[in-house]
Amino acid sequence: MNAPKELLYAKSHEWVKKLDDGSVLIGLSDKAQSDLGDLVFVNLPAVGDSFAAEDTMCDVESVKAVSDVYAPVGGTVSAVNESLIDAPEAINKDPYGAWLVKLTDVSGLENLLDADAYIAVCGEE
Amino acid sequence: MKLMFESSIPGRGCSILPACDVPIPALPESLCRKKAPNLPQLSENDISRHYTALAGRTHGVNNGFYPLGSCTMKYNPKINEEMAALPGFTAIHPLQPEHTAQGAMAVLYQTEAALCEITGMDAMTFQPAAGAHGEFTGLLLIKAYHKYRGDNQRTKIIVPDSAHGTNPASATMAGFTVVSIPSQADGCVDLEKLRAAVGKDTAGLMLTNPNTVGLFDKNILEITQIVHDAGGLNYYDGANLNAVMGVSRPGDMGFDVVHLNLHKTFSTPHGGGGPGSGPVGCKALLAPFLPGPVVKELQGQYHFQTPEQSIGRVKSFYGNFTVVVKALAYILTMGAEGIREAAQNAVLNANYMMKKLGGVYTMAYDERCMHEFVMSLEPLKKETGISAMDIAKGLLDNGIHPPTMYFPLIVHEALMVEPTETESKETLDEAIAVFLRLYETAKKDPQTLHDAPHHTPVRRLDEVGAARNPKLRYPF
Repeated sequence: MNAPKELLYAKSHEWVKKLDDGSVLIGLSDKAQSDLGDLVFVNLPAVGDSFAAEDTMCDVESVKAVSDVYAPVGGTVSAVNESLIDAPEAINKDPYGAWLVKLTDVSGLENLLDADAYIAVCGEE
Repeated sequence: MKLMFESSIPGRGCSILPACDVPIPALPESLCRKKAPNLPQLSENDISRHYTALAGRTHGVNNGFYPLGSCTMKYNPKINEEMAALPGFTAIHPLQPEHTAQGAMAVLYQTEAALCEITGMDAMTFQPAAGAHGEFTGLLLIKAYHKYRGDNQRTKIIVPDSAHGTNPASATMAGFTVVSIPSQADGCVDLEKLRAAVGKDTAGLMLTNPNTVGLFDKNILEITQIVHDAGGLNYYDGANLNAVMGVSRPGDMGFDVVHLNLHKTFSTPHGGGGPGSGPVGCKALLAPFLPGPVVKELQGQYHFQTPEQSIGRVKSFYGNFTVVVKALAYILTMGAEGIREAAQNAVLNANYMMKKLGGVYTMAYDERCMHEFVMSLEPLKKETGISAMDIAKGLLDNGIHPPTMYFPLIVHEALMVEPTETESKETLDEAIAVFLRLYETAKKDPQTLHDAPHHTPVRRLDEVGAARNPKLRYPF
């Protein structure tokens, strides 16, 4: 299973990348994109929206279903990856490159899993 | 295949009308078209061949096995069509005087009585055109009930996360806030989660029973009691009534309002526009709010009445009336015993298939099912790369319509199989053999299944392209 060591993960299959300025990038894990199948639409939040950890942050639609994406940590949206709106397949092709949302004022990083723990959780499903 | 517009030949036609023998009134210019409508010009022969060719490219219950889970694709008896085609039902107008349409009104009255008996409800409307429309109507009844009592804080509808997607959508359409509660692993309601979710803001609960994975929720009386104790009402999604009709009744389970899908459970055509019919039944406490008009009997005569606190019309006139005729023909053909036997055989057929496939395919819930069962193709996908979608395409090559795929969402790589009671043991055995053969193919020659279907009018479709760039109109 592909889960880079340098990232953190939520049980709900989002990855989190810590940036130097204290903000984070959030995307969908390789397992998430594989389970969802070919993505056809991405609905992103607005810049300025605030979320608590586990809030529904946005949604993605695949050929199978529409699924919610949960905020893995708390924070405020400082940027969204608008290129995904026209090319949601980027998430399937490069799940760890295709970030969805950038959050600032981040809280709750300590509750996330490292790659090994995330792989273990996926193994139990 | 050419579209009708592409086959059009200017000047060709098939309307053989006699010359007009009355004066043609002049229409105001503002009502007249600037140019003629762009309709295809074809002979009757051209049109007949066009539709026959289209029919040849489809798969319906008349072609073969159609185990589409949660859709109850049962055979549609021809006697239903004969009854609905009687001139007394087709050559009438919804606005003609009541005393000249007593037979048609008797159909609505008798069907209401029969379906109220089957569901344990007290009154019914036939206006909703199909299931989700029925859900919407039922929720408006719940809303009107709370509002009439001045209880304006009840704004939330509780929906388990295993529910059909239409449930939260209908609740939102009806102006409620949806509270989603997680189901247990078996798709049944988690009583503790439900207790935690109900309160003074609970308008009601929406539930299917048997639930969406084909299991009967044994806690149903406790579930409906929890909602009633909190002051809410219980809505029964009739999607899965085929498993229990004539055996147990939503009204006795504690439900206050139900919708039925006549095009599923009561053998009227389903799919391809049906049309459907989604009558809504309710307990007496909701009857004053039903859409109008409803049929009442007074001294041997039928009359239309609009209930006192009616939410108003939800469709023109009396709903899809001839569909109701077909459903009544089915109910009268089957009788009380037949209705019960249909449900029992639907459950028997599903369990037979589940048992025969269970040694090979992975069952999501390895216990006795109701009218349908869910398999998870996840282990097969991990081993061979063959997904539920690939197996579905392989079924098409064998003249079988695939089961429902990737639903319910709580089961990965789901295939949901509902054989219905109208399939013979021979048909089930043939289908079982095909399923088992495809499993072997997945292991020995997965590429064949990745490339399937091979023998259908069109090969594997571009689903991403269809979702992202749908062509919804013809560019003239």
